[in-house]
Amino acid sequence: MGHGAFSSGLGKGVLPMSLVFYLIAALTVAGGLASMVLKNTVHCALALTVAFAGLALFFLNLDAQFAGFAQILVYIGAVAILVVFAILLTKGSETPKDGVFSRTWLAGLAVAAAVFAVLGWAILHTAPMLPGATPAPAVTVQQIGQALIGRYVLPLEIVAVLLTAALIGAVIVAMHEKEGTK
Amino acid sequence: MTPLAGYLLVAALLFSVGLAGALTRRNAILVLIGIELMLNAANLNLIAFWRYGPHPEALTGMMFAIFSIAVAAAEAAVGLGLVISIHRHAKTTDLDQMNRMKG
Amino acid sequence: MIDSLDQIFVLLQHWLVNFLPASWQGAASVLINAAAIVCVFPALFAVAVWLERKGLGRMQNRLGPNRVGPYGLLQPIADGIKSLTKEDIVPLSADAAVHFLAPVLLVVTAFMGFAVLPMGRNMVLVDLDAGLLFYFAMGASTELAVFMAGWSSRNKYSLLGAMRAVAQMISYEVVLLLSSVVVVMMAGSLSLTKIVEAQNHYTWGFPHWYIFTPWGLAGFVMYAIAATAETNRSPFDLPEGESELVAGYHTEYSGFKFALFFLGEYVAMFSISGLGTTLFLGGWSAPFSFLTSVPSWIWFFSKLMLSIFVFIWMRGTLPRLRQDQLMNFAWKFVLPMCLLNLMVAAVWRFMGDGWLRWVVCSAILLLAYAAMGWGEMRRGKIGPRSYRYAE
Repeated sequence: MGHGAFSSGLGKGVLPMSLVFYLIAALTVAGGLASMVLKNTVHCALALTVAFAGLALFFLNLDAQFAGFAQILVYIGAVAILVVFAILLTKGSETPKDGVFSRTWLAGLAVAAAVFAVLGWAILHTAPMLPGATPAPAVTVQQIGQALIGRYVLPLEIVAVLLTAALIGAVIVAMHEKEGTK
Repeated sequence: MTPLAGYLLVAALLFSVGLAGALTRRNAILVLIGIELMLNAANLNLIAFWRYGPHPEALTGMMFAIFSIAVAAAEAAVGLGLVISIHRHAKTTDLDQMNRMKG
Repeated sequence: MIDSLDQIFVLLQHWLVNFLPASWQGAASVLINAAAIVCVFPALFAVAVWLERKGLGRMQNRLGPNRVGPYGLLQPIADGIKSLTKEDIVPLSADAAVHFLAPVLLVVTAFMGFAVLPMGRNMVLVDLDAGLLFYFAMGASTELAVFMAGWSSRNKYSLLGAMRAVAQMISYEVVLLLSSVVVVMMAGSLSLTKIVEAQNHYTWGFPHWYIFTPWGLAGFVMYAIAATAETNRSPFDLPEGESELVAGYHTEYSGFKFALFFLGEYVAMFSISGLGTTLFLGGWSAPFSFLTSVPSWIWFFSKLMLSIFVFIWMRGTLPRLRQDQLMNFAWKFVLPMCLLNLMVAAVWRFMGDGWLRWVVCSAILLLAYAAMGWGEMRRGKIGPRSYRYAE
């Protein structure tokens, strides 16, 4: 079992970069689309995890190892599980009789299409001005840690307070309010 | 097309898909899923700009994405807690039926 | 000679790869390493199953498997042939695609954890800078596989078992992470090879393993509890409590898919024991400095099998917990103690070398545990066992 052979194999690119990019893009967008159009709510949640995994692969492809693994840990390990728990607790896995889309679906679709048109136009319009391929930045976890307790210590503290508040808030909101029960 | 433009396009597409879902689905949980997708698309933008920006060693975009992941986790927990609480009260998660301000 | 025995697998891999053209060597070495992992651990799985059945038999005063081969040694092979030839039954109302994907996802994510575990000197598949984070990311993904299995079966026992399993795994995942963080604080790295190297020193012939420090011992106990719960092993095996739930989330699986679940459970046990070995027991380093000439991989796998034996021993000894006891234990006892352990580790780090930090850190931990036990005793929750019916 050789030392670090894997990283050297991938770093120089076993496959052309663009093919990997298109594959991950297809996976991510397919997962996202499926999570929004499927009828069964649990299937939607599972498709959502495919989209999350695709995004984590994108992060890894962009040399953001730490963010990629954090994405898997937080989104697939926690948020997706929370979503399926919520679906089962609200009996949401039964498909409703009167369709899964709301009455105003046409307007919603039009708004989303308009947003995509504007964003896409802006990106394609400015594409020639964007920077080209740059060498991969070598970022170690140690640097991220130093930055977190150095320059970004205030946001870190605020996030800590926010997460604590969210934890307590979620428990209180979802707790039974009936008297006599714990 | 530069690599950055490719990533931005995918992120824009994902954002629009999430927006479309959030605006058209009936189920409150699926609306939350749509919002999560939009947040994730924004994260992809942040990481892509960090990677291809002029100063990747400053870690700004990466830090922004990491904090955004943490905030999104908090948002999901509170949002789903709210949905469960509403379901207990109104016996439905269908947003079209939640059209009264009275309890 | 000793060095080449220590590096025998690395040298073997280099020798094999050198037959290929230079451009293929990177990919080929990865493939060979992955193939080695995928072969070694299922073989170990067969051995562990035999050990478990024999060991449990010994503890329960019976013989265990003794029909196939000498001492029943070929029993795992017979079991394998049986599960391969059995009919694969999928319930009519089951969600076929998800039902099929669940065991595959479980086994794949269980195997992924081995990618970052150093199994000997220079024997690691990928030396990731964020190795520990990768391991936990993969561990978190197994929860989804368990949920998929339980939900897609359309069976109330499966669903209940899956919900129990997921709730338990999420709760103890927090504990698992927090008990590992102390090691990261001390080693100053998330890379598992660096963590092993930090423990591979000797004073007076004794190693600097993290378990031999107050915070390390407390962390290891927490880690062992969380690891047992995370792998759904007794006494935390409520998700598969056969007296209430038939077989939990894999009730509706038969034949080869059931074998995959079985394999996944053992592989998860191996990988979590391997991680515990790496974090607290010095990974592949020898227990005494005069034993450093023994190949490093022998030490890693001996420690691994020792942990497996402890798993089996606990299963033979401890009764199953109740669901509320399980949750209270995680959130009201283990989690606060892990947070305290973090503080103790910080104190240890900033007191510098010397005997004083040993006294202070041990005192804090001992006082906390004693106060906790005394408080529970006073509230009458813990005490001598009282028998209601069987006197």
